[in-house]
Amino acid sequence: MTLTSLRPQTTTDHLSLLESHAVYILREVAAECERPVLLFSGGKDSAVLLHLAVKAFAPGRLPFPVMHVDTGQNFPEVLAFRDQTVANLNARLVIASVQEAIDRGRVADPGPHGARNRLQTVALLDAIVEHGFDAAFGGARRDEDKARAKERILSFRDAFGQWDPRQQRPELWQLYQGRVNAGEHLRAFPLSDWTELDIWQYIERENVALPPIYFAHERDVVRRDAMWLAVNEFIEPRPGERVERRLVRYRTVGDATCTGAVESDAVTVEAIVREVATANVSERGATRADDRFSETAMEDRKREGYF
Amino acid sequence: MELTTDILRLATVGSVDDGKSTLIGRLLVDTRQLFDDQLDAVVNASERRGVGDLDLSFVTDGLRAEREQGITIDVAYRYASTPQRKFIIADCPGHVQYTRNMATGASTADLALVVVDVAHGLKEQTRRHLCIAALLGVRGLVVAVNKMDAVHWSPTAFQSVVDEVETVAGELGFDAITCVPTSALLGDNVVDASDHTPWYAGPTVLEALETSDAGAWSNATNGARLPIQWVLRQPGGGRTYAGMVNGEALHEGDVVTLLPAGIETTITALNTLHSGADVDGAVGLSIDVALADETDAGRGDLLAGAPLPHVTREIAATVCWFGERPLTTGSRLRLKHTTRVTPARIVSLDGVVDVATLSVDPGDELRTNDIGLVQLATADPLVVDDYRDNRVTGSFVLIDEVTNATVAAGMVGRATFL
Repeated sequence: MTLTSLRPQTTTDHLSLLESHAVYILREVAAECERPVLLFSGGKDSAVLLHLAVKAFAPGRLPFPVMHVDTGQNFPEVLAFRDQTVANLNARLVIASVQEAIDRGRVADPGPHGARNRLQTVALLDAIVEHGFDAAFGGARRDEDKARAKERILSFRDAFGQWDPRQQRPELWQLYQGRVNAGEHLRAFPLSDWTELDIWQYIERENVALPPIYFAHERDVVRRDAMWLAVNEFIEPRPGERVERRLVRYRTVGDATCTGAVESDAVTVEAIVREVATANVSERGATRADDRFSETAMEDRKREGYF
Repeated sequence: MELTTDILRLATVGSVDDGKSTLIGRLLVDTRQLFDDQLDAVVNASERRGVGDLDLSFVTDGLRAEREQGITIDVAYRYASTPQRKFIIADCPGHVQYTRNMATGASTADLALVVVDVAHGLKEQTRRHLCIAALLGVRGLVVAVNKMDAVHWSPTAFQSVVDEVETVAGELGFDAITCVPTSALLGDNVVDASDHTPWYAGPTVLEALETSDAGAWSNATNGARLPIQWVLRQPGGGRTYAGMVNGEALHEGDVVTLLPAGIETTITALNTLHSGADVDGAVGLSIDVALADETDAGRGDLLAGAPLPHVTREIAATVCWFGERPLTTGSRLRLKHTTRVTPARIVSLDGVVDVATLSVDPGDELRTNDIGLVQLATADPLVVDDYRDNRVTGSFVLIDEVTNATVAAGMVGRATFL
């Protein structure tokens, strides 16, 4: 047989191939969908995604807006990074606010220290309807979670925003077909094939800017659920918990009430690459309380329309 | 840290319950690809569902329904690396009703990791999968002749499966086959060599995967192809044309033809995303190019080097049909080929493939998961190569006009074994 490989081995390194594949997906979806939007949390994956989107359409302007689903319980460093990044790009920022959804009575208020992670789905789906978005780019990776490992690169959502893992569209070769009917939409995941290590190696190669909380710093923390949680306006020490000052960094960035820090002395990207290459706990296992509710916590949230 | 250039993409192939997911679980656990918390979660889930200390299939079977039913429903993608190479693994379902998902996983693979239950031999579903894998262009096979413990490690039982596999694989044109006697459950010959098979001198499954050259395709001289995805407007009024290179590499100064218009021009500038390191437009890179001549090139057009592809509105193709309603002569669909979407009509159904015998029989419809030969007519001209010459310009999908579901995988031309 003389078939050619779809992605043959060449002397091109794997980061260049991952980058090119992601840019290919960004351009396909931007070309085929009417109103795409890029989900940007200020975390490392969405920072890489935004960096790739800018490269895909340079020297032109980003041909779609950027949306932040704001739980109202964010790390201030991440919000500052979000605003600075969007301003530098002269991009349009849409904010889907969980606080507004609570104020309007769309969802019940979980209380001052309640987790708002799941409420993001309502704010996200409301914003998709309000703005008529038919595609939303996300920075999710298949190596993050066993449900994400099952998801297509272009993932169809019905009129209720639901993912049906039993009825995913076949997705052959690199023929990404993004046609949807009115009211339905797509989630597009250009970083599907990237691992956490790939992300950090790419950040190192491209000098992608990140919020400072990814790098080791001293912080007041308490030990809870086998994680270090920062003491701040959203997290107060419970009886029996001791506030300690520790050298920590964040491996993921999410809602401040459910995102934990890890002990680390890595202050440079190079040091983080070394740390990630030898880690023996996954990033979500180490730092996300929201995945610990049940065996299929991510699948259940995704079915409802989560990222 | 050094970046790797050696990547093997593989998909699991075989019938339900022959042990595909267990084998992948074993490979990942024994090469220590799992994080501690992920392994703990598999142990806990196994205990809660009463399936023993460690159900290895739970490493990839991550959906609730999959764990409840003990089957794989959709492809799980896992990423592994050993000191030798990186692996992108698509663990595919074995059930006939999820054939569309198996095809999804196999369409980007260069090697199929086939799992056969030694006590049952090649089932029809395994033959179907092998046939689809061959059609899709998978080149190498590593065959785990599995559950060897159940036949007391009998070399005769192993050999009879090997003979069967080699006959079928020979008919389908696979040119690199390695068969390994395994017990995925117990770990024999998966990563570590087994004490139970002193009569077997070949590699373990991992060694076979690490040394396979299935990903190292000869860079065929079938011509460079750049389907245009997007037009980038440059400051000062010029334009560049963006897309991903396939077929052969492109370089500044190359003479190319804009198709379907048929305008010959020259690449005057070529930009890669990682300027400095990637100077040429190697296959698999997203690039943009400037052209010497003023053209009206846009999305859906294609820049090609010699030998040129064909421009046509009529295609003879092999299709795997996934739709719920049958495909018949006269069916109207949308067709996506490279970056172009166009209305299409089935002009004739020229035969239905019997996956057991590989004979092509007359028929008047393709039912779900059937493979058939069709003639298609398209509203817009397409720029195609035979699938066996180019997997990008030779492939297309068919789309239901009402639901927008992807209902078929299509390959231009006809495989030699049909």
